[in-house]
Amino acid sequence: MKRAVERHLNILEFTLASLLRRRAKNLSLLAMYLLVIFMLASLLFFVTALKREAAIILSDAPDMVVQRLVAGRQDLVPAGYSAEIARIRGVTAVRPRLWGYYYDTLNGANYTVMASDDPAVKPEWASIGAGVAQSRNLAVGDLLPLTSYDKTPLMVEIGLIFPSSSNLIAADLIVISPGDFTRLFNFPNGQATDLAVTVRNPKELPTVAAKIASRFPDSRPILKSEIQRTYQSIFDWRGGMTLIVLASSLLSFIIFAWDKATGLSAEERREIGILKSIGWETSDVLLLKFWEGVVISLTAFLLGTVLAYGHVFFLSAPLFAQALKGWSVIYPRFQLVPVVDAYQLALLFFLTVVPYTTATVIPCWRAATIDPDAAMRY
Amino acid sequence: MRRSIQFLLLTATSLTLFLLLPLHARHAQQQSGGDIKQQMAGLRNLQVTDLCLATEARYTRHPAMADRHAPFQEHPLALEHFPSGSLILPTLPARGTP
Repeated sequence: MKRAVERHLNILEFTLASLLRRRAKNLSLLAMYLLVIFMLASLLFFVTALKREAAIILSDAPDMVVQRLVAGRQDLVPAGYSAEIARIRGVTAVRPRLWGYYYDTLNGANYTVMASDDPAVKPEWASIGAGVAQSRNLAVGDLLPLTSYDKTPLMVEIGLIFPSSSNLIAADLIVISPGDFTRLFNFPNGQATDLAVTVRNPKELPTVAAKIASRFPDSRPILKSEIQRTYQSIFDWRGGMTLIVLASSLLSFIIFAWDKATGLSAEERREIGILKSIGWETSDVLLLKFWEGVVISLTAFLLGTVLAYGHVFFLSAPLFAQALKGWSVIYPRFQLVPVVDAYQLALLFFLTVVPYTTATVIPCWRAATIDPDAAMRY
Repeated sequence: MRRSIQFLLLTATSLTLFLLLPLHARHAQQQSGGDIKQQMAGLRNLQVTDLCLATEARYTRHPAMADRHAPFQEHPLALEHFPSGSLILPTLPARGTP
């Protein structure tokens, strides 16, 4: 047992010395490998954590949202729809929602404005997201000047700023009273942006949706499960962001593995020849190459994954933030709650470490089985 | 100290850190459980339908509420030009819905 350990340690010692002889090449290889693993693991952590947050946040979404379409475009819903839908068996509540977008000409930001019927939300009073407060440099008690659609100013007092920990829900939100909402957007009375429908039994949702669609052919019911599915599919591996990072990282990895698998350099071939001529067995040479693959790939995997965890959960994924930010003026910096999916990490390990190590050993096995003299003369 | 021992120590340290990640994640989840519920309490009555991931375009701010054709509806030859639009794609509606 001790002898076997000693043999491995000696071969590992030789492997490290051999790798350090080609220091620049191997360090750059390790750096690139680490970067690929870092990107893949960061994406994995980012997407898994966002999926979890989406599932928690959207559990409070309405059971069903009913929109109205006019000429294929979303339009306002008349109040009459609300009363009619409330009469459908199984529907417990229908709440007209008033919400829209406000473009701030001062800083070019888009805000989401929602009306709340909460009695705490008084006229000319607003609660705002941390992103809005930051972009307009506002504090509680300050006045936020808004310009209504008929060009009259609407001054609202900031009564509450949502904590930055709720940025993933409310970074760009301005919550005002229904009266202020109507004034701000010159919104027609008796209309709503859409209707939030609550249904007693979730199993009845498709039936209720079908009844609404048949009673109001211009309506579009969106079920809670469809809202949740939207976010699951955005962060799915086929989703835009995931696919771009995944494809570029896997392509880089294939180039690495291909480079290794297609053959050895003349120097490496001569080294194998010399080792065999001084008495090394083929199995020793294979073990040497196995350790070479393990040193590079395992180090890259472990360090890349740990660094990715720090990047996503301690630094709020600045690399992906830039991609999501686009031209947004308000970009929420959200602190994600860490999630580690052991299955996905195991998959990452078997997709990166195992093929690389195999790709290192196979060409070497071909070189190690030929005559040492021929190997040295190659 | 032998180089091989140094390498094994480095690997053992990285492996320990790696194995600590799930434990840290579980601990953070337990700690944040109450926070999320508290954050949501003030916002629950608003019944939000979307996450605030990107604010540059309506259809990336509220992808669950947007039409699939929203990026192209401004005029007949409109092109999707917001960067986040290439990352946040709308889902296909269920069959039979407009």
